[in-house]
Amino acid sequence: MPQAIPLPSDLSPATVANTASLLRIIALSLISGAAIASRLFAVINFESIIHEFDPWFNYRATRVLASKGFYEFWNWFDPTAWYPLGRVVGGTVYPGLMATSGVIYYGLRALNLPVDIRNICVLLAPGFSALTAWATYMFTKEMKDESAGLLAAAFIGIVPGYISRSVAGSYDNEAIAIFLLMFTFFCWIKALKLGSALFGTVAAVFYFYMVAAWGGYVFITNMIPLHALVLILMGRFTSRLYVAYSSWYVIGTLASMQVPFVGFQPVSTSEHMAALGVFGLLQIVAFTQLVRSHVSSKQFQDILFVALVSAGVLGVAAFVGLTYKGTIAPWTGRFYSLWDTGYAKKYIPIIASVSEHQPTAWPSFFMDLQFLIFLFPAGVIMCFHQLRDEHVFVIIYAVMASYFAGVMVRLMLTLTPVVCVAAAVAFSSLLDTYLDAHEPEPEASATDSAASVDTGKKPKKEKAATGSALADLVAAATPTKKGDAPKFKGVYGTDTRFMIVMNAIAMLSFFVFHCTWATANAYSSPSVVLASQNQDGSQHIIDDFREAYYWLRQNTPETAVVMSWWDYGYQIAGMADRPTLVDNNTWNNTHIATVGKAMSSSEEVAYPILRKHDVDYVLVIFGGLLGYSGDDINKFLWMVRIAQGVWPEEIQEPNYFTPQGEYRVDSMASNAMKNSLMYKMSYYRFSELFGGGQAVDRVRNQQLPKEGPTLDVLDEAYTTENWIVRIYQVRKEDLLGRDLKSANAFAKGKKRKRSKPASRRRALSAAAST
Amino acid sequence: MPPKPAASEPTSAVHTLWKAYNENTSDRLKFIDAFLVFLMLSGIVQFAYCVLVTTFPYNAFLSGFASTVGQFVLTASLRSQVNPDNKNEFKDVSPERAFADFAVGSIVLHFFVFNWLG
Repeated sequence: MPQAIPLPSDLSPATVANTASLLRIIALSLISGAAIASRLFAVINFESIIHEFDPWFNYRATRVLASKGFYEFWNWFDPTAWYPLGRVVGGTVYPGLMATSGVIYYGLRALNLPVDIRNICVLLAPGFSALTAWATYMFTKEMKDESAGLLAAAFIGIVPGYISRSVAGSYDNEAIAIFLLMFTFFCWIKALKLGSALFGTVAAVFYFYMVAAWGGYVFITNMIPLHALVLILMGRFTSRLYVAYSSWYVIGTLASMQVPFVGFQPVSTSEHMAALGVFGLLQIVAFTQLVRSHVSSKQFQDILFVALVSAGVLGVAAFVGLTYKGTIAPWTGRFYSLWDTGYAKKYIPIIASVSEHQPTAWPSFFMDLQFLIFLFPAGVIMCFHQLRDEHVFVIIYAVMASYFAGVMVRLMLTLTPVVCVAAAVAFSSLLDTYLDAHEPEPEASATDSAASVDTGKKPKKEKAATGSALADLVAAATPTKKGDAPKFKGVYGTDTRFMIVMNAIAMLSFFVFHCTWATANAYSSPSVVLASQNQDGSQHIIDDFREAYYWLRQNTPETAVVMSWWDYGYQIAGMADRPTLVDNNTWNNTHIATVGKAMSSSEEVAYPILRKHDVDYVLVIFGGLLGYSGDDINKFLWMVRIAQGVWPEEIQEPNYFTPQGEYRVDSMASNAMKNSLMYKMSYYRFSELFGGGQAVDRVRNQQLPKEGPTLDVLDEAYTTENWIVRIYQVRKEDLLGRDLKSANAFAKGKKRKRSKPASRRRALSAAAST
Repeated sequence: MPPKPAASEPTSAVHTLWKAYNENTSDRLKFIDAFLVFLMLSGIVQFAYCVLVTTFPYNAFLSGFASTVGQFVLTASLRSQVNPDNKNEFKDVSPERAFADFAVGSIVLHFFVFNWLG
C-alpha cells in the first residue's frame, strides 16, 4: 500500500496502544494545567479576591458553613438580609456549591492542611474547569474517538465562553455546574449505549448534584426527555432506552426533591412535566413492545389502537385538569421570557434589568468562541453522517442551546460545551483525513479503498442510517456518496497534507492567542476592584468599593441598616457586614420597588419610606467623576420602571425624560429627575469639586449646572477617593417637631453668622436662599 | 359495523396474548412479573389512598409512590436485560451484571426514599 510519508513498520500493536494511552494521559493533564493556569490571570493581575456580586453571597454562606457546620447552615435564617423581612437562606439557596467547598475545606483540614476558606472559594472554579475538560473528553469520546475527545477537552479548557464564568474568584454556581452538566450527559449517553441501569443511576446521582448546585438543572430535565422522545419518534425505541431513561428519571426525580429549594416542584410545575410525560410514554411503548412479542400483528394493532387512544385521552385530560385545578403550576415568568423575548420587559422588569439576561449581540459569539463558531455547524453536519443515538443527542443539544444562547447572554454558557464537542468532531475528522499517511491505490477495487481511506468508509455507514429522510438529504448533499464512481479518491503526496495541517495548526494557535488575550483583558476583572492604566502604562488600582464598605464596617453600628440598589446588597452584606433592604436574591419584587420608589421620588416622599424601614445609611454608586459607566444614574431608569410596576400613579417613567425624550442630567433635566433622591445624592456638592469651573459628568458627557442640588433629609457621611461610592446618613426627626426642611434652613441661617470656610459658606448660602 | 364482532375481537386477542405469554415465558421471568404485578397493585393502592383519603404528608406519599414506581421500573429493566430475546441489545450486560445494576439502583433509590419519608 502506497504511503505519503514513511511510517515505522516494526512496531507491535500493543506498543502503539500503550504509547497512545500514555500520551493521552499526558495530554489530558497538560490540558487541565492549561485550563487552571489561564484562569489565574484574575489572581495575578489583581489579588485573591471574590468577584462581582453573587459570589459574595456564596462566599458569605460558605463561611457560615465552614465555621458553624452543616446543620447550622441548613437551618440558617439571615435576619440582616431583606430587612426587616429576613431570609431563610437554607431553604432558598442551591447548596451544592457551598457544600462542595465545605467538603474540600474539612477534607484538607483532616489532612492537617489548614487552607483558608477564601482561597478554596477563589480556586474552586479553576479546579472544576479541569474536571470539565475531562468530562468533555469522555463525552466526545463517545461521539467519535479519543483524538476528538482530546481536542474537545483542549477547547473547553481555554474557550472564553466558559472562562467568562469560571475565572479564579468567580465563585458562582456555574463554576461547578458545567462539569456536572457534561458529566450527567456523559453518563446518560453511556447508559443509553450500554443499556445499563448502573450508568442510569450514576447519571441520576450527578443530576441530583446538579440540581443542588444550579437552577439551570432544568436544562438537563428537559434535554434528556427530549432526546428520548425524538428517539421514540424516529422509531428507535429499544429496551436500552427504556432501562437508561427509567432508571435516570425515577431516581433523579426523587433525588432532586431532596433539595429544599426545589421541593415538590418536580411533580407540580410545568417545566418538569415533559420528563414525566416521556416517562409515562416510555412505559406504554415498552409494554406494547412486550405485548407485540407475544401476539400476531393483526391482533396487536387492535390492542394497540384501543390502548393508545385511551391512554392518550386520559393523559391529556389529566394534565389539563390538574393545571386547571392549580395542582400543576403553569410556566414561570422566566420561562416565558425564553420564548417571548419581549415578555420580561413588559411584565417582569426586574429580570429584564439584569444585563446578563439581555439578548446576545452577535460579535460576542465570536468573542467567546472564536473559530469554534464556524466549525460548529460542520461538526453538527458530521453528526448526521452516522446518526447514532448519541449523535441525535448532540444535534438536539446544539439546536436548543443555540436558540437559548441567542435569547440570553448568560446562556452562552450552556452553548459552549456543545460547540466545543461539535467543533472537535469536525476538526479531528479534518486531521484524520490529512494525517492519514495512506494513499489510495490507483487500480484498487472499491472494497480495498473502503478499508483504507476514510472517504471510502462513509457510504457504508450511510446505508446503515437510511432511517431518516434528513440523513438521506445530508448524504445526498455531501460528495462522499459519489466516491463509488471514480475508483480512486483521496489525498496524494505530502504538499496538500502539509498545507492543510499547517493551516490547522495556525488556526489552533490563533485560537490560543485569542483565548489568552480575551481571558486576560476581558474576563479577569473582579469588578470589585477596578483597574486603569497610568500614563506610563503601569496599572492603577481603583479600590473605592472596598474603601466604602470598610468605612461602613468600621464607623457604623453593627445594626445600622444600609439602603442601596439591589445590585450591591450581597457586597454590603459580605464586605461591610451590615443589614440591607434588598439584595441580588430579588425574591421580593415589592420590596425592591419600595427602594426604587425611595430613590426616584422627592425628599418629602422618600423620607417617610426611609424612616419606616429604619434606614440609617443610603449608598449610591456614582461614576460621573471617573467615567465609570456602571453607576446608579445609568441604572436609574430601571429603578423607575420597577417602582412604576407597583405604584403606577406615583412614579411614571416619562417624567424622567426631557420633553424631547432625552435622558439628561444637566440643566435641561426634568423636574422629577432633578428632585429625585438618586439625582440629588449623586450630584450633591459635585460642582464644588471643579472649583468654580464647569462641572462635567464624564459618563454621560453632560455639563452640570453651577448650583448643585441640596439635601434636607440626608447628611453626606462618606465619599470615596474617586467618588464612586457615596454614603449618606439619614437624619432623625427634628427634636423640636419641625419638618426637616425648615429645620435645615434655620440651622443654615444661624451657621452663616459663624466663621466657616469661604467656599462652603458660599455654597450653603446659595442653597439657603433658594 | 355491528358491535358484536368488534367487542369479541379484543377479548380473543387478549386471550391469545395470555396464552402466548404462558407458553413462551420462562419461570424466572414469570417470577419477576409476579413481583411487578405486586408493585403495580401497591402503587395503585397508594395512589387511590392519596386521591380518595388525603395527600397530607405529601412527601411521605411521594416517597412511597416513588419507591414502588422506581422499584417497578428497575425490576422491569432487570427483566428486559435478562430476557433472552433481548440478547442482541444488551451485548455488554450479562445477567449477573444486570442483577448488580439492579441492586445498586435499588439501594440508591431507597436511600432517597428513606431520606424523603420525613
